[in-house]
Amino acid sequence: MNVSELKSTITGVANPVNTELPLWKQPDAAPFVRIENITKKFDDFTAVDNVSLNIYKKELFCLLGGSGSGKSTLLRMLAGFESPTSGRIIIDGVDMEGIQPWNRPVNMMFQSYALFPHLSVADNIAFGLKREGANKHDVKKRVAEMLDMVQLGHLGKRKPHQLSGGQRQRVALARSLVKRPKLLLLDEPLGALDKKLREETQFEIMNLQEDLGVTFVVVTHDQEEAMTLATRIGVMNQGLIVQTDAPHDVYEYPNSRFVAEFVGSVNLLEGFITEDNIDSVRIKSTEADCEFFVPHGISCAPQQRVHVALRPEKIKMTRIKPTQEENLMKGEIIEIAYMGSLSVYRVNLQSGKEIRVTQPNFARDMGERFTWNEQVFLSWDVDSSVVLTS
Amino acid sequence: MSSFSGNVWLSGFSSWKARLNIFSKINWGRLSVISVPYLWLAVFFFVPFLVVFKISLSESAIAIPPYTDLLDFNVEEAYVSMKLNLGNYLYLWEDSFYLDAYLSSIKIAAISTFFTLLVGFPIAYLIARSDEKIRGILLALVILPFWTSFLLRVYAWVGLLKNQGLINEVLLSFGIINEPLTMLQTDFAVYIGIVYTYLPFMILPLYSALEKMDISLLEAAEDLGARPIQSFFMITIPLAMPGIIAGCMLVFIPAVGEYVIPALLGGSDTLMIGRVLWDEFSLNRDWPMASAVATVMLVFLVLPIMLIRNKSGKEEAM
Repeated sequence: MNVSELKSTITGVANPVNTELPLWKQPDAAPFVRIENITKKFDDFTAVDNVSLNIYKKELFCLLGGSGSGKSTLLRMLAGFESPTSGRIIIDGVDMEGIQPWNRPVNMMFQSYALFPHLSVADNIAFGLKREGANKHDVKKRVAEMLDMVQLGHLGKRKPHQLSGGQRQRVALARSLVKRPKLLLLDEPLGALDKKLREETQFEIMNLQEDLGVTFVVVTHDQEEAMTLATRIGVMNQGLIVQTDAPHDVYEYPNSRFVAEFVGSVNLLEGFITEDNIDSVRIKSTEADCEFFVPHGISCAPQQRVHVALRPEKIKMTRIKPTQEENLMKGEIIEIAYMGSLSVYRVNLQSGKEIRVTQPNFARDMGERFTWNEQVFLSWDVDSSVVLTS
Repeated sequence: MSSFSGNVWLSGFSSWKARLNIFSKINWGRLSVISVPYLWLAVFFFVPFLVVFKISLSESAIAIPPYTDLLDFNVEEAYVSMKLNLGNYLYLWEDSFYLDAYLSSIKIAAISTFFTLLVGFPIAYLIARSDEKIRGILLALVILPFWTSFLLRVYAWVGLLKNQGLINEVLLSFGIINEPLTMLQTDFAVYIGIVYTYLPFMILPLYSALEKMDISLLEAAEDLGARPIQSFFMITIPLAMPGIIAGCMLVFIPAVGEYVIPALLGGSDTLMIGRVLWDEFSLNRDWPMASAVATVMLVFLVLPIMLIRNKSGKEEAM
């Protein structure tokens, strides 16, 4: 059972009929970028391990992974800076084998921005157009357009070192977009910006992408960045893509412990299957000292060891014991972190297992707040947990 | 501090205090650091240059030292007279031999500098792009020739280039040539000598400029449609320009005044100002003339270089 089926089973709501399905959900849609069994080896080290991936037109696809996961190598292969050890990359129906970076319909925005320090902002943006042999008048016009688009119209004559980090980032973006590439690659586009600027730029990139209709592939190690930007996320680990899904699905329905832990924070509770029905399972966990009831079937064997993943914000924390018998744990608050909009609690179960719970701070002054060493009950809705077999 | 305890009786010394203030504004630590090299240059460069300039304005004489005094003290009639002889400079201008020597020196130095750049650039580039583990070794190899005497290394080229030298022997034994090539005592040998000798002075500044360059700039250029040859000329060369200018000046300036290399490797028709200077000084024993030659050479070289430096300084500030 795949994730989207799983989702509709749980919520009982199929996708509304009148909204158009995104391209990657249409069975007959032709992918814009086809990555077929790509492997890249550096000496003994396999950076990318037999990866296959389809990216569709106008997508903003995010490759998310830690350092050394192979995400940057995959991006560099799309740009043509590395050639795959085996496999094929097809962009817009053209096999990229042997096509040099300067002949690819692809532009890249570098993590370091890689602005030419000896050229002015306008000349940096014009560089690609001049290589195309565009005439002077056109170059001038398009550079001016791009500068206006990134709101740097007044800074065209400056050198890159005279700009702030955010401005440099915009110049880099303008430079990579000015040739109207079919595919734009962004390597950690927001990495060097401070938090406030990141949020602004995130939305700018999303708007740009919608306006221009360019297909974006973004590489990032920052799950928050991936979540806000992407139409789909490909989570990478050790050269493999371990899950490809929309941000919501990656977060709510991770398919492995790695994804659950990498994307957001999660409580993983070990247990074993006690009852395996077609439409539900029961799991007994000594660690949590409780029985989990999961209202959907999973492919597993009786007595198999599994992990139950529980997001901190899905847990309800109460002083009074809820009526439910399953999906209920008891513990003691040992630490509280007040974060303004929400508070994070660390709750110790009797087994010593630590559970992370976040609760929104609804009221300014919540009469009786939870305090340290308080005994609390932790419960959650039956469809809030995910059972992970790998 | 003193305002509390002494403003009554110190007020009379207010002018003193003001002076002390000016005195304390001087940053002595900074001054003492800067003054050492300046003092060195003043004592060992500027003062000797003034001495040379003074000699160039005197007349040759059979005496020790072999020139006349500028100042003439006449005790009896109680006057001091100063006689400035501009004849040496006039002669430099009138006799085309000297102008030819200057121009020929500049030509030889310029051509050698060009070839040093041509040879040095790929070496510097490769070192800058090599694995960090071996970079140190490669740089050490560049500097290694300095551990042997410069004179010895130039003599070694005599052994290589002469008619019965190694190069000719090898070419003859392989039957590539039938009779030995005349390489020694030609301008060619001088070029070889200068390029070989000054190569490290070219490589080191080039290396430091190229090493700083971010590789992703070249990738960015390629990504934007520039072929490697285009990105070389549009990105690498402009960014290496400070190194290119520094390296060329380090080679060109000493090469113009070079004496040993043309004397040992060049022919009798290899005209260079360094040799002219030496001949005036030791063969003709005409110290004033030699001094005039030296002074003009300095002005010839210093002025254009100051202009270049000024220009590049302005560009950097932009």
